[in-house]
Amino acid sequence: MSNWKNLTGPLSSNNPVIVQILGICSALAVTVKMEPALVMGLSVIVVTAFANLVMSLLRNGIPSRIRIIVQLVVIAALVILVDQFLKAFVYDVSKQLSVYVGLIITNCIIMGRVEAYALGNKPWDSFLDGVGNGLGYAAILLIVAFFRELFGSGTLFGYQVIPDSWYIANGGFYSNVGIMLFPPMALIIVGVIIWVHRSFNKDLQEK
Amino acid sequence: MKGLRKLVDNVKPTFMEGGKLSFLASTFDAIETFLFVPNTTTKKGAHVRDCIDMKRTMFFVVLALIPAFLFGCYNTGSQVGLEGFTAFWYGLVRVLPMVAVSYIVGLGIEIIYAQIRKEEVAEGYFVTGFLIPMIMPVSTPLWMVALGVAFAVIFGKEVFGGTGMNVFNPALVARAFVFFAFTPQMSGEKVWFSDWKMMGAADATTGATALEQLATTGQMQWSVMDAFLGFIPGSFGETSTLCILLGGLLLLWTGIASWRTMLSVFAGGLAMGYLFQAVGLTEYPAYYHLLVGGFAFGAVFMATDPVTSAQTNTGKYIVGLMTGALAVLVRVVNPAYPEGMMLAILFMNALAPTVDYFVVEANINRRKNRIKSVK
Repeated sequence: MSNWKNLTGPLSSNNPVIVQILGICSALAVTVKMEPALVMGLSVIVVTAFANLVMSLLRNGIPSRIRIIVQLVVIAALVILVDQFLKAFVYDVSKQLSVYVGLIITNCIIMGRVEAYALGNKPWDSFLDGVGNGLGYAAILLIVAFFRELFGSGTLFGYQVIPDSWYIANGGFYSNVGIMLFPPMALIIVGVIIWVHRSFNKDLQEK
Repeated sequence: MKGLRKLVDNVKPTFMEGGKLSFLASTFDAIETFLFVPNTTTKKGAHVRDCIDMKRTMFFVVLALIPAFLFGCYNTGSQVGLEGFTAFWYGLVRVLPMVAVSYIVGLGIEIIYAQIRKEEVAEGYFVTGFLIPMIMPVSTPLWMVALGVAFAVIFGKEVFGGTGMNVFNPALVARAFVFFAFTPQMSGEKVWFSDWKMMGAADATTGATALEQLATTGQMQWSVMDAFLGFIPGSFGETSTLCILLGGLLLLWTGIASWRTMLSVFAGGLAMGYLFQAVGLTEYPAYYHLLVGGFAFGAVFMATDPVTSAQTNTGKYIVGLMTGALAVLVRVVNPAYPEGMMLAILFMNALAPTVDYFVVEANINRRKNRIKSVK
């Protein structure tokens, strides 16, 4: 399959977050817990995939002068759909994510993929590219959220992972690392992921 | 001494290129230069002829820290109701694990880094490792100290390129990390007192520090003399302004610390203190600020760090004044942080290069104008 690379490329060697450094703001904002991070990741996968698909279908009919406004209309419509869907089915998570679902519209990854890929490629390729980039984004979000939730709250997806008896309050020695709940720590974790990733991908290292 | 030299020379080939343990060359070099003044000299470039290398400089800073350290030992014991030599012994036993953890974790990471990068082990951690236990509350759990040290060495120093390249003072990075990561264990009324029951120490002593008392009631229960001598609760090495000043004198005499920074930090803090007193935000005398909490320790040992402080002389005055002023500002205005010295120094570390930039630019402009006026 020739377009297999559309799907796998953004997962590692062309990852939108850790290689192209796009979409960092939401990676800092919604990664305190795994659950919102997962929902956010899925939402972005849906939006990038369908934004790419729609724009690729429309690509020959849009005058290039007005393409940005058309892209915005398409992306905004998709984001509203996702937002309404979340409110209807996972209201709690929707409340936790608050404005960040609405802000998917400003996520650089979506606009970037539409501009850079969907406007010049066939619908199926574009769709796969959208799914791939969404997956790459979601993967980083989940890794960051894993460390932040595990060490910051001692839970994973809301379930207590670190035994209660370990905590100082219960006579143990352990304490949650409160700094993990602050956004700066997310930035440092993303930095560490980039560090580890580059040390395994020599061709990405700047000279 | 000769025997030791012989031993070092005997094992040296094993660690040099081609030897069996050549992958440990950095570690060997670190130990050799620690034991003996290296016999190599700088070959190229301009340099000052001096027998004092980096390791000897760092040694003087540690020497300057000794008075405050010894007093910290005594004070730790005296805060839990012990007296005389027992108090000193108790404090020493209490703090040694923290010193050991600080050095083992910090030097371990430094050595691993040096090996990977095939560099010599840098000397910077020698001082940092001693500073870290002194600025922590004495009952900080050891694994928290270890985590703070690891964070400081990796993210405060090595990612910037190692000793001499760091933007922030590594010891303060460690404290800031531990403070924000484990706020309940780093503040409050219990942490300032040792929790080890031995040698007849009173159990479960609690009490607010002088700073907390000043912030909440505007008074403290100790006399000014007690605060100056250091018989107050606080982080391990920060309480005795007298001992810190003794160490400061050594640093000034050897020329390691800049008197400009030190003086202007005190001046800035005092000026800000008087300002708050004048507008009625604080009722206690302004000089209290210099005696309680970590102000003196920060001013003498942290703000003067030659790497993270300003490099230009004018810059040193500016950064120093702002550090002192900011520390008092945080103490008085921000109710969440009774102590502002750590935050002030870290903040000014970040600004120091900018201050230097403008000082240098101003100098360039001044000289340009002079050329113009001659023409």
